[in-house]
Amino acid sequence: MNYQFDFGLILQSLPVLLRGLLVTIELWIPSILIGLTAGFFLSLARTSKSIALRAPSLFYIELFRDTPVLIQLIWFFYAFPIIIGVQLSPFTAALLGLALNTSAYSAEIFRGGIQSIALGQWEGARALGMRNSQILRRIILPQVFKRMLPAFTNRAIEVAKMSSLASVLSVHELMYQGRLLSSTYYRPLEILTTVAVIYFILIYPGTWLSARLEKRLAAKA
Amino acid sequence: MNEPILRVTELNKKFGEHHVLKGIDFSVEQGERVAIIGGSGSGKSTFLRCLNFMEMPSSGTVSLDGKEIGKPAGKNGERRYPESELCLVRERVGMVFQQFNLFPHMTVLENAMEGLLTVKGMKKEAARDLAVKELDKVGLADKHDAYPGRLSGGQQQRVAIARSLAMEPEILLFDEPTSSLDPELVGEVLVVIRKLAEEGRTMLLVTHELGFAYHFATKVIFLADGVFHEVGTPAEVLKNPKQERTRAFLNRFTEFAF
Ligand SMILES: Nc1ncnc2c1ncn2[C@@H]1O[C@H](COP(=O)(O)OP(=O)(O)OP(=O)(O)O)[C@@H](O)[C@H]1O
Ligand SMILES: [Mg+2]
Repeated sequence: MNYQFDFGLILQSLPVLLRGLLVTIELWIPSILIGLTAGFFLSLARTSKSIALRAPSLFYIELFRDTPVLIQLIWFFYAFPIIIGVQLSPFTAALLGLALNTSAYSAEIFRGGIQSIALGQWEGARALGMRNSQILRRIILPQVFKRMLPAFTNRAIEVAKMSSLASVLSVHELMYQGRLLSSTYYRPLEILTTVAVIYFILIYPGTWLSARLEKRLAAKA
Repeated sequence: MNEPILRVTELNKKFGEHHVLKGIDFSVEQGERVAIIGGSGSGKSTFLRCLNFMEMPSSGTVSLDGKEIGKPAGKNGERRYPESELCLVRERVGMVFQQFNLFPHMTVLENAMEGLLTVKGMKKEAARDLAVKELDKVGLADKHDAYPGRLSGGQQQRVAIARSLAMEPEILLFDEPTSSLDPELVGEVLVVIRKLAEEGRTMLLVTHELGFAYHFATKVIFLADGVFHEVGTPAEVLKNPKQERTRAFLNRFTEFAF
């Protein structure tokens, strides 16, 4: 192999790629935050006594978990606007798709976490006179977060990777910029390798943290 | 005569078709200490848990200081219990569980402060002072910063007692507080409960420790088949039971008492 690796090109395209990285982060962090919040309320609905809350939330969760993310993103860009009558920007459609997808998965993590906390915790707190909302906030959720941290980190990592799918909607995120540059310069090896490295640098701290947490939690149990 | 601090009328509890408590009438005076004994599955825990509404009675009423808890709802003596009212009741009627139910993510001190902060809305400093006082009383002054997971069962149960005491409840409920402890740890918990008895607190205790019940209680109840089969002083119920059923139950214990 006598391919001349063009390091100059990498340096030259770095600013554009980093701008793409910024958009990736703009997609990633909000969709996690929105997804976690929505997922929490979904999990409450999912475990509610009322079937009117339980059935739709179950339907929603399964819908997002049992269809490809790619179709979800494309659907929010091309199909959803027909229903609501407002065209969404590619970024908004991608953010919506990622956030709602995340909410469905986090709902199941929350549900598993809440159910894994022994009934005795509710009773111990209730016997003091605490209200259900206080018990959830002060006693149950802190323990759920601790116990489910590895699961939440894994989800965050998945979302970072999933965000690259937004490139099919021409959202100017990292993957999109990488594809654009590599076809502009006919230099996919340099550009796409650089893109992969940037993703790796973005995501690896998360997996590292998650593995450490898992080990620490396992050691405690 | 004074109004009893706690009164139960026609209390029924069913789990589906399973009729566990069958129309219990009972009252507790200020300063009384009641020991509840009976076979496994006879409904001792269920009775105790109806008093602070860990279980909702199927019908019948529970009154504190003459005031009935909840509002009538439905035709079969069912009642509706708003959360806010139950929270007030549970503030006044504390409970100590067999399994402690401490909060594992909080230190001993934080456990004892939690109800003061959230339920009584106290300031941190005031809550800390009160919690420290109660932890002193149960002999855990040196464990404030420990997490429950690091403590022995006996220590955990004493934290649970301090946590409950900090709320300054008018009545304390104990559901077999020593049954999940190793035998050598039972004593330290019983010592604390005896101390509370000396303070003249109103308490109800479900227990299999008949010896302790004898010395602790002012009144003993033998629960069987969902009714109070026999009620009397410790001497009456434990030494000279009138009912054949009570005698049979006690004999099963004395068989093992050397
Ligand atoms: N949540 C519940 N759902 C259904 N049945 C229940 C429930 N709680 C208790 N029971 C049943 O009610 C009966 C009384 O239970 P309870 O726990 O009050 O007995 P107990 O006298 O405290 O027994 P033990 O000495 O074993 O603690 C038992 O047959 C039990 O199976
Ligand atoms: Mg019991």
